[in-house]
Amino acid sequence: MDVVWFLVLSAFIFVIGAAGVIVRRDPLVILLCLELMLNAGNLALIAFARMHGGQAGQVFALIVMVVAACEVVIGLGIIVAMYRNRLRIDVDEMTELRG
Amino acid sequence: MSATDYGWLVLAFPLAGMLVTSFGWRVLPGRLPGWIASAAIGLAFLAAIGALVQIQDLPADQRSLVDSAWTYAATADLRVDMAILVDPLAVFMCLVVSGVSFLIHVYSVAYMGGDRGYARYFAYLNYFVFSMLLLVLAANFVILIIGWAFVGAASYLLISFWYRRATATYAGIKAFVMNVIGDVGLVIATFLLLNETGTVNFRQVFERAPDAFASNDVTLVFACLLILVGAFAKSAQLPLHTWLPDAMEGPTPVSALIHAATMVTAGVYLIARTHPLFELAPTAADISAIIGTATLLFAATVALVVTDLKRIIAYSTISQIGYMVLGVSVAAYGAGLFHLMTHAFFKALLFMGAGSVIGAMSGIQNIDRMGGFRRAMPFTFITFTCGALALAAFPLTSGFFSKDEILAFTINRGGGYWVLAIVGYVAAALTGFYAFRMVFRVFYGDPVPEARELEEGHLAHHDPANPMTGEAEDTDVGFPGPEHVIAERSRPMKAAMGPLALLALVAGAVQIPGVSDVIENFLEPTFEDSRFRDTAPTEGSEVIGLVVGGLISVAAIAVAFTVYVRRRGISLEWRDRFPAVHRFLEHKWYFDELYDAVFVRPAATAGSFGRRVVETDFVQGFIVGGATGVVRVGTSFARAIQTGFLRGYALLLLLGLAALALYFLIASS
Repeated sequence: MDVVWFLVLSAFIFVIGAAGVIVRRDPLVILLCLELMLNAGNLALIAFARMHGGQAGQVFALIVMVVAACEVVIGLGIIVAMYRNRLRIDVDEMTELRG
Repeated sequence: MSATDYGWLVLAFPLAGMLVTSFGWRVLPGRLPGWIASAAIGLAFLAAIGALVQIQDLPADQRSLVDSAWTYAATADLRVDMAILVDPLAVFMCLVVSGVSFLIHVYSVAYMGGDRGYARYFAYLNYFVFSMLLLVLAANFVILIIGWAFVGAASYLLISFWYRRATATYAGIKAFVMNVIGDVGLVIATFLLLNETGTVNFRQVFERAPDAFASNDVTLVFACLLILVGAFAKSAQLPLHTWLPDAMEGPTPVSALIHAATMVTAGVYLIARTHPLFELAPTAADISAIIGTATLLFAATVALVVTDLKRIIAYSTISQIGYMVLGVSVAAYGAGLFHLMTHAFFKALLFMGAGSVIGAMSGIQNIDRMGGFRRAMPFTFITFTCGALALAAFPLTSGFFSKDEILAFTINRGGGYWVLAIVGYVAAALTGFYAFRMVFRVFYGDPVPEARELEEGHLAHHDPANPMTGEAEDTDVGFPGPEHVIAERSRPMKAAMGPLALLALVAGAVQIPGVSDVIENFLEPTFEDSRFRDTAPTEGSEVIGLVVGGLISVAAIAVAFTVYVRRRGISLEWRDRFPAVHRFLEHKWYFDELYDAVFVRPAATAGSFGRRVVETDFVQGFIVGGATGVVRVGTSFARAIQTGFLRGYALLLLLGLAALALYFLIASS
């Protein structure tokens, strides 16, 4: 199969994830969408690795997975902290960084 | 041990005493800190005697020893040693300082007994004695300045010893500021001398001065005048005298020790020590003599009208130091230092007696409230009278010989010095009058209630109040303690006052014209380079001077007796007849008011102008406000982007990435 199909699928998933991050207000869903974006990237990496016949892209994808796991831990931690402080689970409520 | 070893010991004992009392205040019980401090000074006195014995064993021309412990500072061409100079003058000063200090320490053991700051007091007192001994033993100007500044600091600490009393802390600040003016003068003088002679060591400066300076060289005169600024600030001479009367806010033994017997004579010592310079700069010496004379007259007139017992003695101190300054300025070094010694005895004694009376009055210091203590306090009465007799230069007392020797010397210089001597005799009459004004008003007349209670065997008690302002005292820091202390009931106080009374009466015997010449002979090696050695008055003229002085003294005491005992009330008549004179004297010749108008008021105006205009408008408004304004305007755009909405940031990030990707796509195709 041509690598282009993989890339199109990857781009499609990435855009779905990005759109989700931007439009949704529930932090849990935003985290899910971030995972989508990361995995879209992984797909592209593996596709290119396959195309070039090297292992570098695959190793890189593995590292991205580790990073994704870390990011989820932190993201869920933030959500739990919001819940503990009885805040509404809504990213638009968290605007303390306004200049 | 050599004389310099004893010199180091003289310094070591008070330092050790200070360290023990200041670090051990928590564990040392009761009056132990006082006894430790007294023992330290007593040992220092013994060490000074050791130095005296050692130095007398040496041939007369080798009695000036320098010993260096370590190099204090060394730069390009300058080496300053931590060195002491042991010569007859230094030993003489050490003996006077440590001897009188020892008695005052013993007196304080009882007098300060009820004070909560007991150990603190003795730590300060030992620190003072150490500083003073460092000052007189210093072998170069740098160590002298260190001792000089230490002494000023000790004086500050002890004046504001009762730190809850607002007037005491103000007085401490005033004394410190005045003293620092003197320090600055001394530092600049040292710099000028270093610049011209290339050294700060006393002996080398004095050796090189005749080559470096012509007689009355402008630089040298200027340096001498700056030395005088230092000396006058410490010795409370015009126009830097205003701190001394206020310094009476400190505990009475402090007034006796620092502000009468020792520290304030440092200026006299300094002039005597630097006499080779002053003899090269006769203009400066003449100015010094004139100021000394003006001071002795000024202070004697003010002492006539002041009603605070301690302040009367304070003004008499200023006046007597005026005599000493006059003495050392007209090259009567032996006479000036002789008067320094006798004055230390009788003035310390007068203050101790005043302390006893104030104890009996339960803190009241106004002589208008006192009277008739003669029967209630016989011991205080007798010793105080001994001190007053010596102060008034009553014939055959110590002050009689010392004061008249200065005046005889002054007359002998001839010319314009005659005027100074006549002023000195006028002030001597005033001295006799005010000395016995104290005696007659405090001890004669009808007994006041406090005296009558004392005769019945119990001490009067008033609520503690500030003697100056009358406001209630914060007794939390100790003063005035639960018990009052009077000499009649306290053995240490008697033990201190007894010997001083004896010395005040008989110490003049060491130097009677035609009979003995102990002081003059002892100090001879230090002053043998004086150009005026041959101008010493003949014995005949000194005896004439003594007769005149004695007559003046007796007459003045008789007048005081008439005014205050035989025809009481006549002084009030005088006061009402010459209200202008009385007001002038009562305001101390308006010196405080003058300084207020010339220095304090303009400085306060400039300060408030700075606070109102410079600080608020310029610093806050322009510099601080301007800088923050620029930043505020410059960042307004950046702040506008920072909405705080997470999704907004994500969108911007994506748009940026997309733009970047687009750019690379276009660029690569």
